[in-house]
Amino acid sequence: MSLRSPLGKALGKGSAKDGFSHWWAQRVTAIALVPLTLWFVFSVLSLPDHGYSTVRSWLGAGLTPILLLLLVGALSYHSALGVQVVIEDYIHSKPAKVAALLGSSFAHFFVAAACAFALLKVAFA
Amino acid sequence: MRQRPLSPHLSIYRFAYTMALSISHRITGIVMAVGLLLLTYWLLALATGPAAYAGAMRLMGSWFVQLLLAGWLLAFVYHLCNGIRHLTFDMGLGMEKAEARRSAIWTVAVTVLIFGLLAFLAFFARSVL
Repeated sequence: MSLRSPLGKALGKGSAKDGFSHWWAQRVTAIALVPLTLWFVFSVLSLPDHGYSTVRSWLGAGLTPILLLLLVGALSYHSALGVQVVIEDYIHSKPAKVAALLGSSFAHFFVAAACAFALLKVAFA
Repeated sequence: MRQRPLSPHLSIYRFAYTMALSISHRITGIVMAVGLLLLTYWLLALATGPAAYAGAMRLMGSWFVQLLLAGWLLAFVYHLCNGIRHLTFDMGLGMEKAEARRSAIWTVAVTVLIFGLLAFLAFFARSVL
């Protein structure tokens, strides 16, 4: 007979690693992206034209730059998580997998930084 | 090390159309990840100045990129609808075989409807909104 508690046994079994935080972050960003993406699509479609000054004045005014920052942040995070899972599932060679994961991480950080920089530059202009 | 079977075990399943929705979710996700690059380019061009923005808009206006934008719009609408379906699965709802098949058909129907509406507004009748 073992004196270990059921919890103690369960804790020693299996490898959860950081799977839960990945899963949860994917859901949190997914839920945030429902209103943010719909707002973005309808806002862009309802602009009178897509000329330089129209888009810049829309993008710099009111809550728009804040919502757009949230949008590009949630988009790049959600995309990074999704692409990571696809790479892990379909690329089985270790060197290729690590290279793809690194490339995806760097690309997503670049996209997030570049979009945030562009948005802030327009908003503070 | 011995080669062990790895998830997902694609080869051992009999095809069911819910599987097509599942793989489409991933494909549309990857398609939109690539689309992020265009969004980045558009915002950077806007921040750079009128000349860079005019160049970006010329590129966007070409028939090829317009076609890509329509594809991205479809990918977005599908991923959104099926994503909401997946969130209901996460809440433990609609997991029975018959329910999952029914929601699959609804997802496709709603996707077609919303995509048709948005594509009409985006490409043919921008002045309506």
